[in-house]
Amino acid sequence: MSTTETTIATPVVTEPTELQKGSIGTSIPRKEDGRLVQGQGVFFDDIRRHGTGYVHFVRSPYAHAKIASIDVSAALALDGVYGTLTGDEVAIHTEPFFEMSTPPGAHIKDYALAVGTTRFMGEPVAAVAAATRELARDAAELVDVEYEPLDVLVDAREAVKDEIVMHEEAGSNVVWSGVFDWGDWEGAKAEADHIVTIDELHFHRFSSTPLECAGALVEYERGTGQWTLYCNHQMPGIGAIWMAPALRAPLDKLRFVTHDIGGAFGNKICLHPYYVALCLLARKLGRPVQWTEWRTDQHTANAHGNERWFHDVQVAVRSDGTMLGFNVKALDDCGAFPRYEPLGCIIWAQVTPGCYAWRNIRVDFTQVTTNKSPVSPNRGYSRMQHLWLTERIIDIVASELELDPVAVRKLNYVKTEQMPYETPNGCVYDSGDYARCLDMALELIGYEGIEGRRDEAAGRGKLLGVGIGSTLDSGTNNFGQSQLLNPELQFSGNNEAATVKLDIFGEVVVTLGTVPQGQGHETTASQVVGDILGCSPEQVHVRPGHDTFFNSHAGFSGTYASQFAVTGLGAVKGAADLLRAEMIQLAAAVLQAPEEAIELADGFARIKDGPEEAALPFMALGAIMNANNAFLPPDFNPTLNHRFVYRPYFGNVDLEKKMGKLTLTYATQIHACVVEVDQETGVVEIVDYAAVDDCGVRIHPQIVEGQVHGATAHAIGAALHEDFVYDEDGQLLTSNFYDYHVPHALDMPTLKTSAIESPSPFTPLGTKGMGEGGGGGIHCICSAIQDALRPAGKPIVYDSCNPSHRVWEMLQDPESTRANVKVVST
Amino acid sequence: MAEPSTSASISVEINGEVYEREVDARRLLVHFIRDDVELTGTHIGCDTGNCGACTIQLDGQAVKSCMLLAVQADGSKLRTVEDLANDDGPNPLKQSFSSHHALQCGYCTPGMLMSATALLEANPRPSEDEVRTAIQGNICRCTGYQNIVEAIVSVNA
Repeated sequence: MSTTETTIATPVVTEPTELQKGSIGTSIPRKEDGRLVQGQGVFFDDIRRHGTGYVHFVRSPYAHAKIASIDVSAALALDGVYGTLTGDEVAIHTEPFFEMSTPPGAHIKDYALAVGTTRFMGEPVAAVAAATRELARDAAELVDVEYEPLDVLVDAREAVKDEIVMHEEAGSNVVWSGVFDWGDWEGAKAEADHIVTIDELHFHRFSSTPLECAGALVEYERGTGQWTLYCNHQMPGIGAIWMAPALRAPLDKLRFVTHDIGGAFGNKICLHPYYVALCLLARKLGRPVQWTEWRTDQHTANAHGNERWFHDVQVAVRSDGTMLGFNVKALDDCGAFPRYEPLGCIIWAQVTPGCYAWRNIRVDFTQVTTNKSPVSPNRGYSRMQHLWLTERIIDIVASELELDPVAVRKLNYVKTEQMPYETPNGCVYDSGDYARCLDMALELIGYEGIEGRRDEAAGRGKLLGVGIGSTLDSGTNNFGQSQLLNPELQFSGNNEAATVKLDIFGEVVVTLGTVPQGQGHETTASQVVGDILGCSPEQVHVRPGHDTFFNSHAGFSGTYASQFAVTGLGAVKGAADLLRAEMIQLAAAVLQAPEEAIELADGFARIKDGPEEAALPFMALGAIMNANNAFLPPDFNPTLNHRFVYRPYFGNVDLEKKMGKLTLTYATQIHACVVEVDQETGVVEIVDYAAVDDCGVRIHPQIVEGQVHGATAHAIGAALHEDFVYDEDGQLLTSNFYDYHVPHALDMPTLKTSAIESPSPFTPLGTKGMGEGGGGGIHCICSAIQDALRPAGKPIVYDSCNPSHRVWEMLQDPESTRANVKVVST
Repeated sequence: MAEPSTSASISVEINGEVYEREVDARRLLVHFIRDDVELTGTHIGCDTGNCGACTIQLDGQAVKSCMLLAVQADGSKLRTVEDLANDDGPNPLKQSFSSHHALQCGYCTPGMLMSATALLEANPRPSEDEVRTAIQGNICRCTGYQNIVEAIVSVNA
């Protein structure tokens, strides 16, 4: 490995912003709502083009098989079928997608359609385009594929043995492996009074399953070689980096257009294989092609969350409960292809110690492929799995050493007076007060009287338990962390763009580079711009969606990884500040006053001391500059149209020590809940639930609270129901909303929320990214179930998903879970 | 014996307008509404009848339009989200959805509004439990339902 001289730079501390007190911090009506409640949103499937070919994919019924032959002739003979695409054509007309891993993962060949071998159930092996959706489906049935089934890997613990190898080119199922060793684990072990060991923990496979499935309408212009994708990709900048080289096309030949998107949660980042197939079909057939994914296909073959095993966990603890560190082997299962991977092998390190001040942490991390759906970032991506581990450790250690889980947390939390706090691996927690958030959450669930409630519940045959989930929502990635996996990767830092202009009739127009999917970007951007320019948010028009041709995006543009409030609004603020300065300059020139005498307020540029005497409405400024400018001096050339790229400063990562500032901000969410477990059935009922959020300055508190609600619902679903279960042949058993039970209105408890604001010292507005929530509810419910089951033989909650049958098994046989855990005291 | 017919003429009233069309016998009602009549406010979120994004009213009843064939709607009166218009001032249910932040991405919203409209027509002042029961066939992946429930409860409160 090359050793680069690096210095871990101190983050740039941003001066407190001087905004006029306006709409920031108030929950104004969302701009998006008007069209969405009318049914007038524009989702990709709402767009029509003449002569469109509707696409249906032919998918593998086998989890692992050689493709002996594909015969499309019967499909092509059907009246109304426009054409087909097979893996053989894809292999000729495209390059395999760029792989981010070092070997062995680097040698994996991943194409838009299966080439020669199919490696997961539902993998597309061919595509058909026809005049209607129904016809395309009929024709797909007529494609004759001959398969020769192969042995199947569904368990990462088997895959890592390499007895069956899925990707011959790679020679191993291991994508990436490496050891992270921070602090002094051996020293911590020697210093500890107890070593608590846990043999195995399992974080299960699920995903956010956005209600709108994936898809696109793709047009190809033969004369220029330009593709336009009306789509729902949530990270087009990176999407284009994957797709353009595969299509052997320049980057600018891919125009991504999004408007309204029906949720994404990370699951719409890895759409490039499907989109490349659509691009090839649009070019081959000379007509627009449209594909809308079916729900069953979304569950089967698009975007699962990372499954992870934790083995041989060792925790060093002092007798007073002080946690000195831990040592663990992590085994991550990325499914059939490492599409966004192996980034999940490092992203967790943004939150290496979780909320705690332990200094000695050793993680031996391995990622393998299996014959299951490829994974994709999923709300809480990779940090959630790791935070679940840290919270499981805290509760298991507390339980085994008879310590109070609240007191242990407070003893070990990073303290507010330690902020900004540098973690053992060089990340900087910017601000926060975890203990205070915990106190607030406990108060909301009525923790004070809990012992009495336990007795009362026991009288009804119920076991009552209290759970806590302490999480960090790390936001604004430093993409330089990818170099800790592969030093050759040319990714580092982060950026986002926005454009703000004043138009001829005085309209303030904002163009974002982000790709919103319900987060209310139009609203919050208008609040920031309105406050900077001295006008109402209603006067600010924010264009919906993303369009490559707006030229208002940067390399990392998109909406992902909890960062809009920092990167997106940082760009908006930067552009609005530039526009403001020019508007003041122009007003000073027109009003023949010094710039210092001008203020922007109430939609006017006016003289501060005599607003009645000299005031120009924004319309006048826009009209003068754009259409009536002959009198302006020759050396005065404002544009009233500013594009700004916000770029947080991180410095380099240290490749040798695997350290660096991996993210800019750390929002906190502390969850607490009370559950009741039915001893007869194992059914878990949530009777009280609270989440306390701290994301620094909140631009729009109601939107923040909405994100907390949504993240909690995802977590509750994952903790109690949602599970992508495969049988031994690699068949997915939960491929639709019947079998994969997401929370319905009757499944959700009433959520109590509260918030504190610890402004980030590192961001332009004091904001922190939030929204993913770090899986707080999963940790919280696992914690509560374990607490509830204590009187029934102290079983250990070892899996992140605990439907009633698993809880019932723990009630019946607590000893088998306890065999997992040992305490060695010195 | 004559070939069985694979299409049929239907006449459907949607939002007060009558549409007479020849449709494939197998065409789903939701595809007829979205693709043939081009009322794209009604959405599709699953293929098993679970999600409720396609909820409309058929002769006054909330139904999932992906669970019916277009030919089954022949002679019926349908109402879609586009009909919850603001002719007599803002629709109070829609207003309430917005003021309670009962939508994020907005994809489930048309179906939610149609289920809620059917509920409120039958029961103008529903309790929280009644609301949760009435929308249990509508999946929302963004909000956790809490604000949706509050929005519906407070319309006529």
